[in-house]
Amino acid sequence: MDRVIIAEDLSLSYSDDETIINKINFSVNSGCFVFITGASGSGKSTLLKSLYGALKPAQGSLVVGGVEISKVSKSKLNFLRRHIGIVFQDYKLIKEWTIEKNIMLPLIINGYEKNVTQNQVDSLLKHVRLKHQSGKYPLELSGGEQQRVAMARALSHNPILILADEPTGNLDDYSAGLIWNLLEGANTQLKTTVIVVTHNIPETMNIDYKHFHIEYGSIHEVN
Amino acid sequence: MKSIRNHFSLVVALVSILFSIQVFTIIERSISAYKENLASSYSIIVVSQLSIDEKTMKSFSSLVDEVSELNPDHVIQRLNTKIDPKNLELLKLTLPNFYKLKLTHFPTPTEVENLTNNLLNKKSITKVENFSHNHDSTFKLLLLFKDVIAVFSLSMFVVTILLIIKELKIWQFMHNERMSIMGLFGAPIWLSSAVLFRLAIVDAIIASILSFILFTYLSTSFWVEEQLSYIGIEIIFFDQVMDFAILSGVALFLSVLLALLIVIGHKEEV
Repeated sequence: MDRVIIAEDLSLSYSDDETIINKINFSVNSGCFVFITGASGSGKSTLLKSLYGALKPAQGSLVVGGVEISKVSKSKLNFLRRHIGIVFQDYKLIKEWTIEKNIMLPLIINGYEKNVTQNQVDSLLKHVRLKHQSGKYPLELSGGEQQRVAMARALSHNPILILADEPTGNLDDYSAGLIWNLLEGANTQLKTTVIVVTHNIPETMNIDYKHFHIEYGSIHEVN
Repeated sequence: MKSIRNHFSLVVALVSILFSIQVFTIIERSISAYKENLASSYSIIVVSQLSIDEKTMKSFSSLVDEVSELNPDHVIQRLNTKIDPKNLELLKLTLPNFYKLKLTHFPTPTEVENLTNNLLNKKSITKVENFSHNHDSTFKLLLLFKDVIAVFSLSMFVVTILLIIKELKIWQFMHNERMSIMGLFGAPIWLSSAVLFRLAIVDAIIASILSFILFTYLSTSFWVEEQLSYIGIEIIFFDQVMDFAILSGVALFLSVLLALLIVIGHKEEV
């Protein structure tokens, strides 16, 4: 099985003074569902940022989708990101765009044709139960609804990898349930590799998954 | 409403820059036209014991445009009743030659001085009347007027540039988030900044059209025509092709520069 992520002696830091992640080694196979847990400030989100190239390794090697993050050029990084779907805890929706256009964003960037784009967005809006709100702007929606939009956006271009940073952090049970169902569906039906950073793994998970735990800058797999 | 507000501040800043540029252009044209008027009414009188032809006179300075000999007859005519005709003929013969020199442009005081000295170097020329006192005060007044307008336009330009810098910060704040989010999904810089450039270009077009309307209205206004006729000049107040092209170019250049600065100053979120 192909490995989507390979980290070797990977260290991450925001400044020279403090190392957040210290020489960790791990890999993720294609089509896996992975949870990364850890206490607040343990470096879970930092690790996730490095996976989409927002933070370059201080030391060691990190390969995502065959691309070495420490040496990647801006254009190659853009190319990699076009094949990744990211869900942020703070949603990161474009406020001046309607939710329909927000979901379209990765499709526009990937140069999909307009009719394909519209069909895909309509289908996703149905899945996230927001079809009736397609013309609204993000700030007109609740937190749960905004996160469902962010989820639909992450799925819209059928990425090879989905990275989710505490996607159900502050959500109601209904929205959280929808998010987990969508992530499970992407993994089982589309064979998308999913990496979720979270405090708690939901008890209702119906699929096999890998679990990594980060503590004191190190990572270990939990069985 | 929000969209209008987004455009409003940059459009106002651009219109004031275009306004100061056009006002400066109009003043420049007015001063040139006024100088031409002065040049046509200004002349130097030369008194020579010997006759001097036009070619020789022009050889003193390239400033000399036209040379005409003044006929002393009408002065002598006035003495006709009191002096014997024979003496009058004698007087006529002993009178020096008078020449009026028209110049190519309204000269600076130094040019007037140099020309006077060149003329007086010729032995036969006994007197040069350059009306330097009147000339100097007119010229100084022109320079003062030009300087005042230059300072006014410059200060207006500086204030507007400060306005645009403030606008730059607002735009940076407004567009940074969207550009960062688009970047996170792999958008190339041209795509993530496309909205910004579109906004800049639209604002430049709006500002150019507003300036066009404003100056077209002013150029046909009775008040402006009246003011120009008071000074006795005729100028092109607003050339609807050339001036509009220049103003549009400036507006487009400034707004695209603003957008470029935002793109260059954009930092990806970490």
